Amino acid sequence: MLNKLRRVGPPLLMLAPSLILLGVFVYGLIAANFTTSLTDNHTAAQATGQQPAVLVWFTNYVDLLASEDFQHSLMNLVLYTVVFLVGTMVMGFLWAWMLEKPMKGEGLFRSVYLFPMAVSFVASGVVWRWLLNSNQDEQASGLNRLFQIVGLDALQNNWWNNVTFGIIAIAIPAIWQLSGYVMALFLAGFRGIPEELREAARMDGASEWKLYRHVLFPQLSPVALSALIIIGHMSLKAFDLIMSISKPANYQTKVPAVDMFVFKSSFDYANAAAVGSILLIIVAIVIVPYLVRTNREEKR
Amino acid sequence: MTAEAEQLTAHRPAPVAPRVHKGRYSLARTLKYAALIFFLVIVLIPVYVLLVTSFKGTGDADPSRAWALPQIWTMDNWATAWTTLAPAIGRTLAIVVPSSIISAFLGSLNGFVLSRWSFRGADIVFTLILFGMFIPYQAVMIPLTQLVLDIGIPTGVPTLIMLHVVYGIPITTLIFRNYYQTVPHELIEAGRVDGAGMLRTYWSIVLPISIPSFVVVLIWQFTSAWNDFLFAVFFSSSQNGPVTVALNNLANGALLQNYGVSMAGALFASLPTLLVYIILGKYFVGGLMSGSVKG
Repeated sequence: MLNKLRRVGPPLLMLAPSLILLGVFVYGLIAANFTTSLTDNHTAAQATGQQPAVLVWFTNYVDLLASEDFQHSLMNLVLYTVVFLVGTMVMGFLWAWMLEKPMKGEGLFRSVYLFPMAVSFVASGVVWRWLLNSNQDEQASGLNRLFQIVGLDALQNNWWNNVTFGIIAIAIPAIWQLSGYVMALFLAGFRGIPEELREAARMDGASEWKLYRHVLFPQLSPVALSALIIIGHMSLKAFDLIMSISKPANYQTKVPAVDMFVFKSSFDYANAAAVGSILLIIVAIVIVPYLVRTNREEKR
Repeated sequence: MTAEAEQLTAHRPAPVAPRVHKGRYSLARTLKYAALIFFLVIVLIPVYVLLVTSFKGTGDADPSRAWALPQIWTMDNWATAWTTLAPAIGRTLAIVVPSSIISAFLGSLNGFVLSRWSFRGADIVFTLILFGMFIPYQAVMIPLTQLVLDIGIPTGVPTLIMLHVVYGIPITTLIFRNYYQTVPHELIEAGRVDGAGMLRTYWSIVLPISIPSFVVVLIWQFTSAWNDFLFAVFFSSSQNGPVTVALNNLANGALLQNYGVSMAGALFASLPTLLVYIILGKYFVGGLMSGSVKG
């Protein structure tokens, strides 16, 4: 007994602070949030305890999902995710592919492509709000003015003020910011491929293109999956950029994460919690299988 | 390496000098450079806008001059932005430094235990910790506000330190665990043979060789806590908030839609993380890579 304690004691002691903190702050709070989302806690009065909240089960979820307003947010989220994912994957892969072989100036390109990653969304939002100014023609500034200068007037548009596709304008700065990250992941992937593989393929008379197509690209699929997971889960949480480019309550660009903030600001805790749970469920559907798979692979 | 690859390499003839592609591929190479430079310019456009606008006076406000250099260069915007943001930058430092150090330390404890101590369910514990990295914080925000009230810790700096410590644990644990798995077993076993317990081994053998990992983790935590806006906006006011909140207020300021000031402010708010990126780029990238789970 004492022996066992001596064996198990120290490691448990070392893990304990983190396990307790995460138990409370992650799992405990997820449970508490879910409980709140099942109540009718929609006003400040209830929040201060003047009126006890009543359990209404899944009413909030049903109402939210049925409302045109929230459906618009979900639609925005889908649009944003698709554009953001495709944009960063294509740019990131292209850059990595071009920089994969040692060449002059490689370090400069890599550093510049990656640097936006070091900047906060709030700071880059300041610049992008200017660039995505919706004024056109005489009043145009930002990208609309730039399009005029280079003679591409037709490209002028009202950016994030478009009700249906405005959210795509927010995806542009997001792509600007994270393509470099995806590039770095793919570059690491390229560099991780053993040199012998290339040599061997060349020996067998494979052309450069065939070498990539049949030998190198297939080796990159784990990297591509990691990148998809990371960018995907970031896009589901999109908040900072929208807050700093448009306004939080703006219908055109709202997504669930912003709705959650707006509900919270008006003391509608039940709906805010419900939106949070919906986001968690979406993330879990993507992440849990990935974590389980990664875990299983490591064991092998 | 895959079986196929091993097969390919197995009967490999003696090494031959690498083929020289010059000449034949020069067109391709020119095109490649052209594309790389094109993207370089695109990526740098916001930087140009930021710098140029931050030096412009109000006389340059006409939209037709939006992309032109300032008519008169002025530092006024910089001065205004600095006086507005300086206190918030101080608060951000007060949040970021302690929270990075504490979460790094906790992560190294966890990483060590999880990489060296196999017990039933260790994988599940690790996966449960990792999941904390991916949860959308929106899913805990409402009860979190209540919990912060219950604990009675003041909003602003103290609360934000606590939150960055707690929610930093998953990523720091992951980075350290991946690192300790690469440390030769013998190094740690040597201590054990001498009769050192787990705590002792950690303190006198593991900790001293963890410095490279600490650098990566600290940079990662520093950058993400510095750039955090979500927790900041929920758990601070404009009087006690960090720089992201102050910058957002400055940029959304009702009276002045003065882009020059906002852009100078954005520069101040980004300078520390940019400096880290420029000076410690290698470690910065190391942190980025560790964030991709498989490391």
